[in-house]
Amino acid sequence: MTDPLLSIADAQAELIETFAALPDWQERYQYIIELGQALPALPKAFQTDAYKVRGCQSQVWIAPYLRDGRLQFQAGSDAIITAGLIAVLLSVYNDRTPKEILTTPPDFIRAIGLSQHLSPSRSNGLLSMVRRIFDAAST
Amino acid sequence: MSLVLHNRPHPKADFPIFDPAGPNAGLTYLDSGASAQKPTQVIEAVSRFYATGYANIHRGVYKLSATATDAYEGVRAQVATFLNAASEQEIIFVRGATEGLNLIAHSWGQTHLQAGDAVLITALEHHANIVPWQILRDQKGIELRVAALAEDGGVDRADFTAKLADGKVKLATFTHIANATGAVLPVAELTAEAKAAGALVAIDGCQAVAHRPVDVQALGCDFYVFSAHKLYGPTGIGILYGRLAVLETMQPYQTGGDMVATVRFDKTEFLDPPQRFEAGTPDIAGVIGLGAAIDYVGSLGWPWIEAHEKALLAYGEAVLAKVPGLTLLPAGPHRSGIFSFTVDGVHPHDLGTILDHHNVAIRAGSHCAQPLLNEFGLTATVRASLGLYNEPEDFDRLAEAVRAAQRMFTPKRA
Repeated sequence: MTDPLLSIADAQAELIETFAALPDWQERYQYIIELGQALPALPKAFQTDAYKVRGCQSQVWIAPYLRDGRLQFQAGSDAIITAGLIAVLLSVYNDRTPKEILTTPPDFIRAIGLSQHLSPSRSNGLLSMVRRIFDAAST
Repeated sequence: MSLVLHNRPHPKADFPIFDPAGPNAGLTYLDSGASAQKPTQVIEAVSRFYATGYANIHRGVYKLSATATDAYEGVRAQVATFLNAASEQEIIFVRGATEGLNLIAHSWGQTHLQAGDAVLITALEHHANIVPWQILRDQKGIELRVAALAEDGGVDRADFTAKLADGKVKLATFTHIANATGAVLPVAELTAEAKAAGALVAIDGCQAVAHRPVDVQALGCDFYVFSAHKLYGPTGIGILYGRLAVLETMQPYQTGGDMVATVRFDKTEFLDPPQRFEAGTPDIAGVIGLGAAIDYVGSLGWPWIEAHEKALLAYGEAVLAKVPGLTLLPAGPHRSGIFSFTVDGVHPHDLGTILDHHNVAIRAGSHCAQPLLNEFGLTATVRASLGLYNEPEDFDRLAEAVRAAQRMFTPKRA
């Protein structure tokens, strides 16, 4: 998911570049769908209320785990686009220190051209997912 | 293939949201079950009332207030006619069907139900007709019974009968048309059966009033609720019909102004129904808009609306049946206004997202009926629901967009 050689800033830049190369909403969603389809299935043990992200109409689970000072996330959804959005978020935030996460606001969402389709009023819960990742980083 | 409406253009032209030169050009709106769009006649009635007729009601000594009161009370009489209530005293203005059901639970349930009594609902209910009774169950120790879902997606009649058998059911409350599937319940028969077993009957008419005439006296029910916004009227206003003899035995829901006869510091006397249940300044403009909506529906007439929607439903069912991998939730012996479905390999929310990009507005989710979807082993479906402005082409566009989504979700890598 996260390329260990990329800094959190580089990971964002790469994401923005990848999406910039996709010409229209269909291509962008096709890419997100493929990311979602490629996201490893979340083990049943993590599909519990404790890890469930509220504010998403589809079911979303994010399980944070702190290892050697870095936060790792196991996450999944029963909806593919949502799973793809999780993959997008994890490509930036997975395997980072809490400080790196907290100093990296999710500005890339706008930059990759998804904010128009993924505004807070939409029910896919992207914002709730970001909040859960930040909550994990601040505890 | 739209049905010709004598001497006037298709009513879609009455709804400015669909203006081909406006911001929503090309919109395929299939979410009228959530809320219906508004015709110019309703929008203008609300606007005109604020511009030329507005004042508070029931209080003013001046002409403008008297005129506003007349208009407001005129709509009460109009709603009584619309539902064929015996008197306009039986029509209570509420915020919506949800408040109507909560009012029944509070004002009737709190005083008329004791531990050992039962309330009977069905498996097809919206959350608004489940949760108020659960709360009452926990507060009063009553029993909440659920008539099961039948194989065909209707209500299990034998189970409904069995659950009335011991005479403990004091209220049977069920939907007229299930919002999550479009199943039309045999409400007249269920009402007769429940009344014969000694229960009062409440009916949630949210999904019915925009699609068919309702006659509360013919049904024989004690309560009937609906929301104006599903009947092409404004949001924030709804109707609770209550049989007068029952309303007279009920305590106020909220208290305050406009519902009291005399107030002293030691004692207050409440007004008779319906004022007893209408504390505070109501949504006057909403009521005016509801009146315009009923006029509008009346101007088209039930024969046209029912024939048009019947044709739409048949067309929609045929079109959706041709989409491979699409499964319609069964709606019992009779369907009205709603298709709820799943598509193999595409989560309903994912489908909703892609349909939105094709300018097709549907609802994806549990439709506030999680228990019903659980009965089908689902957590979500896509729901396409129609209004009188829909055309057969809307279902063509829906089916095309579903196929496009299916292509996007077909795994590209082995």
